[in-house]
Amino acid sequence: MSDAERTLTLPTRWSQAASSWRDALGTLAVVARRDRFALVGIIIYVAFFAIALLSPVLAPYNPQELNYLPGGDVAANLPPSLSHPMGTTNLGRDIFSQLLYGSRAALMVGFVAALGVVILGTLVGLVAGYYGGWVDTVLMRLADVAFGVPFLPMAIVLVAFLGPNIWNVVLVMTLLLWRDTGRIIRAQVLSLRERSYIEAARVLGASHTRTMFVHIAPNVLPLSFLYGSLAIGWAILTEASISFLGFGDPNVISWGFMLQDAYNSQALARQAFHWFVPPGVCIMLAVMAGFFISRGYEELLFPRLRRR
Amino acid sequence: MPMLEVANLQKHYTLHGGMMASVFGGRRVVHALNGVSFNVEQGQSLGLAGESGCGKTTTAKLILKLLRPTSGAIRFAGRDISDLEGADLLGYRRQVQFVFQNPYEALNPRFTILRAMLEPLVIHGIGASALNRVERVADALRQVHLDPPEAFFMKYPHHLSGGQLQRVVIARALLVEPRLLVADEPVSMLDVSVRAGVLNLMRDLTRRHGLTTIYISHDLALIRYMCTTTAVMYLGTICEIGSTAEVIGRPKHPYTQALVAAVPDPDPTRAERVVKISDTVPTPLHIPVGCPFADRCPMVMDICRTVRPALRAIEGVRVACHLYEAPEEVH
Amino acid sequence: MALLDVERLSVEYQTLQGTVRAVRDVSFSLPPGRALGLVGESGCGKTTLARALIGVLPRNARITEGAVRFEGTDLLRLPADQFNDYRWRRIAMVPQAAMDSLDPVQRVGDQMVETIVLRGNLTRAAAADRARELFAMVGLQPDRLRLYPHELSGGMKQRAVIAMALALRPPLVIADEPVTALDVIVQHQVLQTLRDLREALGVSLLLITHDISVVASLCDDVAVMYAGRIVESGTVRQVFAEPRHPYTMGLRNAFPSLRAEQEHLVPIEGYPPDLAHPPQGCAFTARCPFAIPRCWEEDPVLRAEGDGQEAACHRAHEAPVLRVQAAEAFARLAGDEIRSAPREAC
Repeated sequence: MSDAERTLTLPTRWSQAASSWRDALGTLAVVARRDRFALVGIIIYVAFFAIALLSPVLAPYNPQELNYLPGGDVAANLPPSLSHPMGTTNLGRDIFSQLLYGSRAALMVGFVAALGVVILGTLVGLVAGYYGGWVDTVLMRLADVAFGVPFLPMAIVLVAFLGPNIWNVVLVMTLLLWRDTGRIIRAQVLSLRERSYIEAARVLGASHTRTMFVHIAPNVLPLSFLYGSLAIGWAILTEASISFLGFGDPNVISWGFMLQDAYNSQALARQAFHWFVPPGVCIMLAVMAGFFISRGYEELLFPRLRRR
Repeated sequence: MPMLEVANLQKHYTLHGGMMASVFGGRRVVHALNGVSFNVEQGQSLGLAGESGCGKTTTAKLILKLLRPTSGAIRFAGRDISDLEGADLLGYRRQVQFVFQNPYEALNPRFTILRAMLEPLVIHGIGASALNRVERVADALRQVHLDPPEAFFMKYPHHLSGGQLQRVVIARALLVEPRLLVADEPVSMLDVSVRAGVLNLMRDLTRRHGLTTIYISHDLALIRYMCTTTAVMYLGTICEIGSTAEVIGRPKHPYTQALVAAVPDPDPTRAERVVKISDTVPTPLHIPVGCPFADRCPMVMDICRTVRPALRAIEGVRVACHLYEAPEEVH
Repeated sequence: MALLDVERLSVEYQTLQGTVRAVRDVSFSLPPGRALGLVGESGCGKTTLARALIGVLPRNARITEGAVRFEGTDLLRLPADQFNDYRWRRIAMVPQAAMDSLDPVQRVGDQMVETIVLRGNLTRAAAADRARELFAMVGLQPDRLRLYPHELSGGMKQRAVIAMALALRPPLVIADEPVTALDVIVQHQVLQTLRDLREALGVSLLLITHDISVVASLCDDVAVMYAGRIVESGTVRQVFAEPRHPYTMGLRNAFPSLRAEQEHLVPIEGYPPDLAHPPQGCAFTARCPFAIPRCWEEDPVLRAEGDGQEAACHRAHEAPVLRVQAAEAFARLAGDEIRSAPREAC
């Protein structure tokens, strides 16, 4: 067997060698290894992901279902007990089940919105940074518009206009939140564009598209991931805000919805902490996890920030 | 027909000052190249010598189509390259390749060596199969003395030394079987004891593949070693061009003479030479009307400040200097 | 008495890969009024040595042994504030890329005056006079004192920094790659300036560089460094005409020359050793065409070979014969042995 053939029959390693994007993704593993906080963040997300996946199995009740007491009355505002670990809402719905199902909405919104933000922001950043000229000007003016718009009011208006559907919420967030990522990626691309290896790609015959997506992109992807992980937290928080204000999707039980429900039922006055504290804590954990992961990436990308 | 013809190449950059400058002052223009012309014959090795700011790297970038000229023409094998597009452009890129100055930055830090070297093969569709392409890469690495090649496939650029990196860059350039190789300061960032190896390698490979080469360097000693023809550039023009032996051995242009005299000698027994040119800063922002070297030239005459000298053939070289014009030609 | 006497100096770095012994048992002396060139390639330890002499080593570096006697006093044993008194007044340093060490928001003249006043106990007026004098000495017109650093060319900035180094007439100037970043003609002018200054002021110079031609044109004595040690020393003429260490012989053949007859450059094949794990014997053995079994086991000591020349080689006494064979021997080594495994990341 020739040397070359021997190399080829190591499929994993060879395909690793052939894919720089995969290597860029591998930075996530590096971050996990290096930074304890980031690892915690990743664990939190993994846990939420598992819960979201398994919520039909884990939840003792249907979160929308009204529960009844043996006597026929609605099991409203029950304190925590064995049958309802976090008690019930004022309509008799099991809070614990709602919490578990809420993770689905949170993760869906968070990850999809973050994905949208990263993709849109990175695309815009790549194209604007690489081409420069009027393409850059147009795209950056669009970003300026997105920056100038006050976020929450605009989100509310758009959702009210498009309809209070969870996917509209995700769309709105993507349309308004891509701007940070876009700006930063563009700045990074501007500096990378001048590097010798990018010139080399052009000299070797790479087209503009190829240069952007095969040669420059892997070098900016870690930065995209950094902003992506921040975006997850922001998206979850925003969805919670929109739902809390009553503009969210009424058919989807999210943590924000739970907070709104609790608020409307004077849960605070009744000191029903078991109702509104858990969703608040979950939102907090999700945002924190995103922040920790992004901090881990920051240390990876900007080693000078590391403490000696 | 010469392989490469460069005719009256000019490259100007307009500097955008602030708001005030646009309103009050004129635009400032950097004249990186001011009318450069030369030919390169098949099999020749041309050295472009000069100090920083003389335009040699700009010339290289224009030949490689990394920049567009402000005016002037570049013809490769008789064909003007300015309007090449699509498949024609790809074909041109296959025939003209480049070796970079900084080996530490010439390879994408996210690509393994194998991946980096497969890139030109993939782009140009060279190699019948994936296996064939890997074999070509292995062969190229062996040619630059990186043996066994497999040991280098999975390495990343930061694992390799400067000398090894530069060899990879050379190997990558040769994968597409180019006809013209341009090298910009190929060894200036390498250690002294490593330079000789890389230079010898390039000489060797050039001979073996019948390459035409252009070396860009501020180091005249290197150009003397590698090139048969030398062109000395100053502030965007060629002041002297001819066979290396003549240009370096018997320099005629005052700038060439100063340059040759200024190169320090590793042999302490040779007497110190005197370099008699003044200290003014040459800047490509204000190219004077006459000869660009006039304000520093020890032998400047009145005509030098008003009329730009053209390249004229004298004793086997071409020199752009009024000192060598026959009296009748000087008005 | 020598102006500067370095005795058995060793410097170590603590890195993630372990302890790197960057400078190993280095000794040399610099008589007053002489210029010594310290020549070596990257990783040989010359910059670490320079930093150790002036006391600006990074935090993860330690001087493990040795003494640095300046005019009789061991600088390494001095407390920081006393050492500080030596800087600028007795020992001045011109760092690498010195033009970047000028404050971009202050006029050059003001920077000089500030240094002189702070360090030299002169009045502002006297300091201003001295600044003008110094500029004239380095060939810069005095009206350039009013300029900001970005308005000067690279060569002028370098000369300004040299002028600053000489402001308080120190007897010793340490220059680390003073002309590397400059163009050829400017380089020649700056070297000329340094030569003139040495003649006029009698300053001693310790020049650190990788470029042997700079040493050849400026220095009286030379010490060749390799892998943290000095492998050869002597006057410039001795070492260049009659090198006694194979590394020096190899360097000579690896340098393209503008004027000499030169058909073929001969590289020195291989790489310097990893100083985190220095070899037991001579550090050059793996690349040396004249290695004998003894070289692998025993590290040669720097030994006098007559006429003030010193070399650290077991076969130094055979130097005249080896010299003749050197070019061919190195070439054979480069041609026969093909380098195999790539060097690991350091």
